[in-house]
Order: sequence, then structure tokens, then C-alpha cells
Amino acid sequence: MQESKNIEIPIMADEFSQGREPEYLFWVGCAGAFDDRYKKVARAFTKILVHVGADYAVLGKEETCTGDPARRAGNEMLYQMQALTNIATFDNYKVKKILTICPHCYNIFKNEYPDLGGVYEVIHYTQFLQQLIRQGKIQIDSMVFNNKKITFHDPCYLGRANNEYEAPRAVLKAIPSQQVEMPRNKSFALCCGAGGGQMFKEAETGNKEIFIERTEEALKTGADIIASSCPFCMTMLTDGLKYKNREEEIFNYDIAELVVMALDI
Amino acid sequence: MAKQIIFIITLALTLGVFAYTVRRLYYFFRITKRFPIKNYAKRFWLMMNVSFLQTKIFRKPWIGFLHALVFWGFCVILLGSVEMIFDGLTGSERAFYMEGFFYKFIFASGDIFALIILFAIVVFIFRRLFLKIKRFSARELSHRNHIDAYVALSLILLLMVSLLAMNVFYCVENPVPLKGFYPISSFLAVYLKDMEHESAVILYELSWWWHILLIFLFANILPYSKHFHVFLSVPNTFFSRLDPLGKLPNMDTITKEIKLMMNPETAFATPESGTAVIERFGVKDVEDITWKNYFDSLCCTQCGRCSSVCPANLTGKKLSPRKIMMDVRARMNQKGPGIIKNGKDFDDGKSLLNNFINKEEIWACTTCNACAKECPVNINQPTLIVDLRRFLVMEESSAPSGLNLMFTNITNNGAPWQFSPEDRMNWAKDLKISCKYD
Repeated sequence: MQESKNIEIPIMADEFSQGREPEYLFWVGCAGAFDDRYKKVARAFTKILVHVGADYAVLGKEETCTGDPARRAGNEMLYQMQALTNIATFDNYKVKKILTICPHCYNIFKNEYPDLGGVYEVIHYTQFLQQLIRQGKIQIDSMVFNNKKITFHDPCYLGRANNEYEAPRAVLKAIPSQQVEMPRNKSFALCCGAGGGQMFKEAETGNKEIFIERTEEALKTGADIIASSCPFCMTMLTDGLKYKNREEEIFNYDIAELVVMALDI
Repeated sequence: MAKQIIFIITLALTLGVFAYTVRRLYYFFRITKRFPIKNYAKRFWLMMNVSFLQTKIFRKPWIGFLHALVFWGFCVILLGSVEMIFDGLTGSERAFYMEGFFYKFIFASGDIFALIILFAIVVFIFRRLFLKIKRFSARELSHRNHIDAYVALSLILLLMVSLLAMNVFYCVENPVPLKGFYPISSFLAVYLKDMEHESAVILYELSWWWHILLIFLFANILPYSKHFHVFLSVPNTFFSRLDPLGKLPNMDTITKEIKLMMNPETAFATPESGTAVIERFGVKDVEDITWKNYFDSLCCTQCGRCSSVCPANLTGKKLSPRKIMMDVRARMNQKGPGIIKNGKDFDDGKSLLNNFINKEEIWACTTCNACAKECPVNINQPTLIVDLRRFLVMEESSAPSGLNLMFTNITNNGAPWQFSPEDRMNWAKDLKISCKYD
């Protein structure tokens, strides 16, 4: 028997006013909040949080850009204004652990906020999922992906930037499926083309778009599913599939979505 | 005695020229900005790992292995060269000789490595000449850069030939006791066993001089060549960043400014006159870079591994991380002497940004860090690229329009896109989870 339950997402301000201090701040990020495709990923990850009974809350309307795109585009002033604002908010709610779905948010909280006095335990959701799988809190025995080939595209800001190559792979491994690697993987992975502010501007003149180069590489593996774990990568790879007219047969899913589909929650 | 005097004169000449070079570089370094070095122990292990174990060069396993052999060979052969200099100075004959295993082991290794390096160098020259390796034919490499590469390779080739010649004639001469052990050369010496003893002595002496003079020449050409890499790579890995690649250095001057602005007591106060020296934000020219940026540029041997993995470069954009390093070095050579002569305010009407590196290159970077990950000597290109962007954005307000729009959106509504912060929770509407019951 199956029954749907509404999810009420706890907001940090409400929790705090009732004297509660949730263990995790779930940082949704701008893409999770506003990008139509990535909203589905934010929803998927929330379902997992509820599924495992995590003690979490989101900032809701108090959330504001981490400053990452501004910083990497050279606008240090704007970045620091954002960062100091966020740090003040975190201090206000005594935030200690931050869960992010976006690797750019993950990187900036983990590596760059400490310079401005904001020190937290920052966890990328793939690391969180890996831990849950290890603890047996997530068990996947579904066969939905049994005959599917999945290839994983490493996001630069999780992989090269922070040396986390294993967590996303461990999660995929826990989903019964076939995994294939692209020739350029892990520390050799090719960028999707969206980092460093590229997401928000026209690409410089060249002879190819980076996202097409990467999509072609993914397609060559013969995978049915391109798994990603970053909102920017998702935009790029999904565009790439459309550009190659393969969006009807090959799908780009976020790892959180794959877990939710496999758990059927 | 005559040999000793000639040797001392040539060594003094070599050191004199070298001292001139070091002095020139010292003044160039003084132009640059701070880059504090801490954590010596951690740095030492990083250096051992990246330099002495050659871990990053193995990212291209085959050619990397050849390079590693050359490097390890150089380390062993260096010991022999030190002995030669000692001998030359004191008039001694293989002064470090001691009976037993160690001396034999070092010189046997040197003898074998000389042949291995010779082989590797021939492969390297062949590759450059006849195989169309993409990273060796990029547009940023001028004719001079190619010549530079061949000169360095040829010098190493000659160094190895002279070393082997020296060892071979030493074996032919066959003194008692024969100091050291020379597996390759003693084998070759068999073919020359009919040579007169006298000739062997003279030929040994000649190749000794040939080898040592080549070393002196090599040492003084290197600082002006891309192969300065031979001297600087090991220290460069020691000085390299310990932070994760994803971390950009904080601009503390800006933090100070924002904290003043945010503090109601200081926000509207008139700034104290005379105390504020306005520093340029970001990097426009060589006086804005850190000494480590300049060290990186001197250490770069233009192998192009960075550019060969750069997504922008791979897709035909103008950005090439290797070119950024080459430009820094070239610009310092151009502007440095002027600054030394005329002081920090010297202006030759040119700058690193615009005259060497143009905006199109800078804006093509995705900050993916593939270049920095790939660099076998831990050069960090992305932080410098972001520093150049910082100048463009904060001093010139000349970001591409898309980025300016993104800045405006973040400022106005706290997201890089134009959405109201009021809608931040819309994603969560009607979210349901299915629960299963058995």
C-alpha cells in the first residue's frame, strides 16, 4: 500500500523561534530555488531528507547568493558583501553543519568563508548520501535502473577543486545499474563549460562549445543516463543532449533524482 | 697546477655571470607583491612527492616516465659533477672516492642513467621534430621558443655524450684502482682496448673539460631559457599552494573596507587623511603580481600540458594557460629593467593586461582548475586569471554584459538571475513523499 504525505519544509527562523536548533542547514542555492530543472533536484533531495528523518531546516527567504559567480567573475567586493551577510545569518541561527546540493556553494562555504570568519562543517549531498548508504539508512533494491548504463560527469568544484571523486560514484554503485566512465573522468574530467561565471555570459569565439564537446564524450560511452551533481553541469549537459537531438532517448539526471526514483518515494 | 688555475678562472667567470643573473632576478622579484610561506613541514613533503617522486608527470604515463628517468638521472649525475668541481678546485683526482659499495653504486647509476637520458633526449627531439604533438605547435609558441627547446635538449644530449666519453676513456685508461664502477662505459671500452694509454689519458682529460665547460655553459644559459625549469621546479613545488584548488585567496583590503562600511560608527566618518594608500585591485601589470606568480612564470617550461586540458583552449578559444605564464615572464623582462631604474611608478605605456594578455583570453576561463591540476610543477594559473578579472571588474568595470547583469541581480535580489527573493520557497510547493506500508 502506498500513501502520499505532504512535506512541510522547516524554515530556520520558525524552528529557532520555537527554541529548536536543527542539526543541518539545507542550503538550497539559487538554482535549487529558481531554476525550473534544478527545482526538481532540490525537491528530490528534500524527499531523501524526509525519508531518512534528517533534522534539517532551510533559510527560505533569508537565503541569498553565496557570491560564488560574482567572485569568480572578479567581483570580490560583491562576493564579500554576500559572504558577510550570509555569515551573519548563519551566526544568528548558530549554524554548524551545512548541506549543499550545489558544488559551487559547497566549495565556497568550505574553503572561502573561513577566511571571513565563517567556519562550518560543509557536506555535499553526495557525501551525505554516501554516508547514509554506509549506515544502511538508505537501501536500494529496486531494479528500475538494472539494465541502464549510467555515466557520471564530475563537477569541477567537487572533483578537482575538493578531491571528492568517490562519494558520487559510491552512491551510483549502490543503485543496481551498470556504470561506465567517460575517457576523461575524475581529476581528468572535462569541465561542462559553465564555471567561472561562464553560465551567465556568451562564450568567447572558438570552434566548438565546451558543453557539446563534453556531451559528445558522454554519448560515446553508450550510456542511457548521464548523471550529474551540479546545477550548472545539468544545464549544460541537458542543453548538449538537446543540441545533439538525443534528449528523447538519453537522460540527464541528478544523483539525488536517481536515488529518489530508485527508492520510489 | 695549470689545470687548477684555468679551472678556477673558468669557475669564477661562471659564478660571476651567474651572480649577475641572480642579482637581476632579485631586483625583479622585489617589484612583486607578498605571498607568505608557512607550514614548512607540509611543504617539504609536497615537494618530495611532486618533485622527487615525479607524481604529477605520470599523469601522462609514457612520456612522463621518460621525464622521470631524466630527472632521477640528473639527481645522481649531479653528485659526480660536484666531485668534478671539487677536483678542479683542489687538483685532486676523484676526491670523494671511498672503497666499498656506495661510491660504486652512485657512479654505476650515473653511468647507466647517462645512457638512459641520452635515449630519452633523442626521443624528445624526435617527438618535437617529427611527431605532430598538438601542444608543441600552439600559436603562442614562437620560432624562438622552439629554438630554445632544441638548444636545451641538444645541450643535455652533449652533456650525456661527454659524460659517457669521460667514463669510457677512464675505463680504457684503466688506472689502479679504478674508482667507481661503470657498467655501460666499461662495456664500450672493450672496443677501444687497443688504444694507446697516452691517448686514453689525453682523451679522458679532454672529455672531462668538455663536460665541465658544458655544465658551466648550461648553468648560465638556463636562467634565460624556458629550461630554467631545471633549477626552479623543485623549489616551485615547495612554494606551491597548499590550499584546495577550489580556494581563491581572500582580498583582505576589501574585507577591511566592507567592515568599515557595515559598522555604523565608521561608515559616515571622514577617512583619516594621509593614512590611506590606495592600492590597485587585482592585477594589471607585473608590479601587481605576487612573487610566486613570477616564480611560476620562470619555472614554466612551456610543456603545454595545462593548455592541452584547458576546456577553453580545446574548443578553439584564445585562452591558453601556458601563454599566461609566458606573458608574465616576457612582460617582466620588458618592464622590469625600467622599474629598477626609474622606480615603481615607471610607465612604459604598456601593460601585462591588454598588451600581452587580452580580455578575450581572461574571460574564456571556466576556473575548472584542469590546468593547475595538470601542471607537473604545481604552477597555479587560475588564481592569476581571477586576479586579472578583479582588475577588469573592480578598476575598469569592463566585464562582459552578461556578467554585469549577474552582478546587478545578486545586488538587487540576491540571486544571479532576476527572481524575487519572495519566491525563494516556490520550489517546495505541493511537495509530497510516498510512504509505503506492507
